Amino acid sequence: MEYKNLWVFIETDEGKAKNVGYELLNPGRALADKLGEQLVAVVMGQNVRPVAEQAIAYGADTVLLVEGEEYNTYNTDAATYAMCSLIQKYKPSIVFYGATNNGRDLGPRVACKLETGLTADCTGLDIDEETGLLMSTRPTFGGNLMATIACPDHRPQMSTVRPGVFKKPVSDPARQGTLVEEDIHISPADIRVKLVERVKEVAEAINLEEAEIIVSGGRGLKEAKNFQLVRDLAEVLGATVGASRAAVDAGWIPHAHQVGQTGKTVAPKIYIAVGISGAIQHLAGMSGSDTVVAINKDPEAPIFGVADYGIVGDLFEVVPALIQEIKAYKE
Amino acid sequence: MIYDAETQAMLDLVRDFVNKEIIPYVGEYEKNNEFAWPILHKAEQMGLNLLCLPEEYGGPGLTNVQTFAISEEVARGDIGIGTTLIANCLASYPVLIAGNDAQKKLWFDVLKEKGYAAFCLTEPNAGSDAGSVQTTATEDGDYYVLNGTKSFISNGPIAGIYTVLASTKKSAGIMGLTAFIVERDRPGISIGKEEDKMGMRLSCTSEVIFDNVRVPKDHMLGKKNRGFKYIMETLDHSRAGVGAFGVGIAQRVVEEATRYAKQRKQFGQPVSNFQSVQNLLADMEIKTQAARQMYLHAASLMDAGKPFSAESAIAKTFGTDTGMECAVNGVQVMGGYGYMKDYPMEKLMRDAKILQIYEGTNQIQRGVIASACLKKYR
Amino acid sequence: MNILVCVKQVPDTTMVKIDPVKHTLIRAGVPSILNTFDTYALETALQLREAAGEGKITVISMGPDQAKAILREALSVGADETYLISDRAFGGADTLATSRTLAATIQLLEEKNGVPFDLILCGKQAIDGDTGQVGPELSQHLGRCLITYAVGLELTENGIKAKRESDEGYDYFTAPLPAVVTMNKTPYDMRWPNLTRFRKARVADIPVLTAQEVIVPEDKRGLKGSPTKVKRTYTPVREKNGQKLAGMPAADAAKKLVELMGAAKLI
Repeated sequence: MEYKNLWVFIETDEGKAKNVGYELLNPGRALADKLGEQLVAVVMGQNVRPVAEQAIAYGADTVLLVEGEEYNTYNTDAATYAMCSLIQKYKPSIVFYGATNNGRDLGPRVACKLETGLTADCTGLDIDEETGLLMSTRPTFGGNLMATIACPDHRPQMSTVRPGVFKKPVSDPARQGTLVEEDIHISPADIRVKLVERVKEVAEAINLEEAEIIVSGGRGLKEAKNFQLVRDLAEVLGATVGASRAAVDAGWIPHAHQVGQTGKTVAPKIYIAVGISGAIQHLAGMSGSDTVVAINKDPEAPIFGVADYGIVGDLFEVVPALIQEIKAYKE
Repeated sequence: MIYDAETQAMLDLVRDFVNKEIIPYVGEYEKNNEFAWPILHKAEQMGLNLLCLPEEYGGPGLTNVQTFAISEEVARGDIGIGTTLIANCLASYPVLIAGNDAQKKLWFDVLKEKGYAAFCLTEPNAGSDAGSVQTTATEDGDYYVLNGTKSFISNGPIAGIYTVLASTKKSAGIMGLTAFIVERDRPGISIGKEEDKMGMRLSCTSEVIFDNVRVPKDHMLGKKNRGFKYIMETLDHSRAGVGAFGVGIAQRVVEEATRYAKQRKQFGQPVSNFQSVQNLLADMEIKTQAARQMYLHAASLMDAGKPFSAESAIAKTFGTDTGMECAVNGVQVMGGYGYMKDYPMEKLMRDAKILQIYEGTNQIQRGVIASACLKKYR
Repeated sequence: MNILVCVKQVPDTTMVKIDPVKHTLIRAGVPSILNTFDTYALETALQLREAAGEGKITVISMGPDQAKAILREALSVGADETYLISDRAFGGADTLATSRTLAATIQLLEEKNGVPFDLILCGKQAIDGDTGQVGPELSQHLGRCLITYAVGLELTENGIKAKRESDEGYDYFTAPLPAVVTMNKTPYDMRWPNLTRFRKARVADIPVLTAQEVIVPEDKRGLKGSPTKVKRTYTPVREKNGQKLAGMPAADAAKKLVELMGAAKLI
């Protein structure tokens, strides 16, 4: 059987899809059309039929629906087993996974089991006109270098793709597609790694990867208590709070808020950097943002190099003024 | 002196530690009047509190050159931290000089477990005049019973074990003094007044009070009534290390002062362009480098097994006078900012002063050096 | 407690600069370091051994001879034994070929020791390649349990319990041993080297394993055994021609910014 069709893995958690899965249907559709192949979404979870239907509305031709209790939250053993079984059964030519922690857990295990290549954390996807090969482009070297990678002789060609890089497709509820229910269940004895406890520590979800607006604070805030300024600005904008490594290392805010190479990679519509100089590791984590606003007292700070709008000034004066202006604007 | 590759590698490591773990944080501890345990615990991981442990007792087995050069690096970060760590060496030297194998094992086992030791010599009425020690050790069967008060004891409150000099023959003065190993947990030991010092704020200094403390006879170091000699040898040895501390301060001052002078602009240019400032910086650098060679020379003599008493005193005197002079001039280079607590120079100047005083004032050192001259040049 | 830690020597990417004219990486003068995330793995191993009260820590790395430096660093913080896997035959490997070589090495060592490693720890990713794939692939090659991106790890009666960041807080996972865990940034940093160990490590003999000992079929190792091929590399052009508001009072700048963002329909 020939390897054919482009697959997108759609990760779900307690019935809800991660945005990146939907996002990937966008380049997935374009590249499948370029190849003249079908776009297939693999939806794995429990009670996720609405996700499968949404995937069709977003452009999937076929959805392979894998449902079961063991898929309610991501389980490395169950997901690896199911994904490998499906790929061996249908032989897709290309598979995309969202580069979330779970996608980056699953992708390599599948690649290893199937002895094929996997390109990590891609920000660009294309099909080479001549060879028809998938060309995946990714930042490497702490974001200092971009590399375009192909997998010429092994199938499927697989990539994990950074969340927020692609926009969700336009939803068309009238769109028709095929929904195939797959009955795959790993033997319970083979589930060795188990999620035993979920602790919700924070009032608001720190879903930086999927946030539309992020306000991040850095070393320029000088003290833990000043981080409140960042929270206040985030509040008027309905934004999620991020931070630079310096702020996290200083203990002003938990690591879950960290943006950058040792934290999360984000791509919001608006990224506001407050008192962040813009070390290369930080830029690596946020330069995919649509619009960057920087507030810093040092006019030479590298953050201004990636900013669409910048204010050179004392953040302790600028941020309160900005909060007032935004409030006024919104009224 | 050129360091060998191993010594240089250790110094690079320690400098990295000092730059990352000591210099950025000491100001805050000092401001909050807090003892810097978190920094010390990291230093303990490196074994900086066990610098003088021989290899056979589970230590790094360093040469004197290495120990003192590392001391300089630590002092460059903070002499309070440095004193806390390296007072352990001072306290250990009497054991290394006069102790037998069992005593060394006992001493170093406790030091490794508890982390800190203290050297108990000074008393309210016996500073430079060590012969006036009034603490007594009286024989009682298999024990000596210690009574007296030791003052200005670095690491007094945190030490797990002490070396103590006590009088075993009141009438004999310095020829009636005996040295003992005393564990902190022996009944009758208490910590008296903790001193509130001008500088060296991150070292703890206190009285240590001995009230009928029973110490087994096998805790006596060397021979009875010979303690003064061991203590003098100890101080001869450790003095060069105090010189290294002075160099550490001087080195830090010249770095800070130069950096400041390059970025501080007056009359439209960096003040480092002005010859009067350059002269200050040059003199700092000259003396710092010279003082470094002096303590390394004394340490080389120790490592070679040659007499070092005068050289050690010279290294201490010049090194600590240099530390003080550089700190005073460092404040001057920085002008008003140098006087402010927001910048490190003010602290360096307060810190430098103690080095001209402790482990034998520089006046006493000059006496030692002069008597060496009088013997040498006939 | 028998723990193996995989480490990599990487250029300190925080020190890498871009040539502003040629847009190429300036690698000269960039120091080589022990991969940041591997330091968390190594420190976690040291802490687990302390918690267990006994145990042995073996550290392996694949790379050129100069990578012995990071193995010496591992010895100086408390590792017991290290091996460098070094052979031109292993060069140019992608994550699949690398993980296969590491897996073969681990099997070799386990055969030699007569017991499996209870735990294999890796950093979540190397700061040069940033793939994060070697750890998961290693678990798959060895058929062992996998927990990725742990920020904390403890021993339990029947295995391990790992803490992992989630969108709302933390998830806790358990797994039986033997297992592979990849470590994210932990709340603790790697300890400083002990001077006594540091001196010994400087001159320690680091065994080198070559393709003679680590047996991997020729078409499964190195460049040849790598399914992925790098087609092109380039430096990203990041410069944006943004609008910088400077030299005006804070209130005016804030007002202007909100105007601009409003006009661009950003708020």
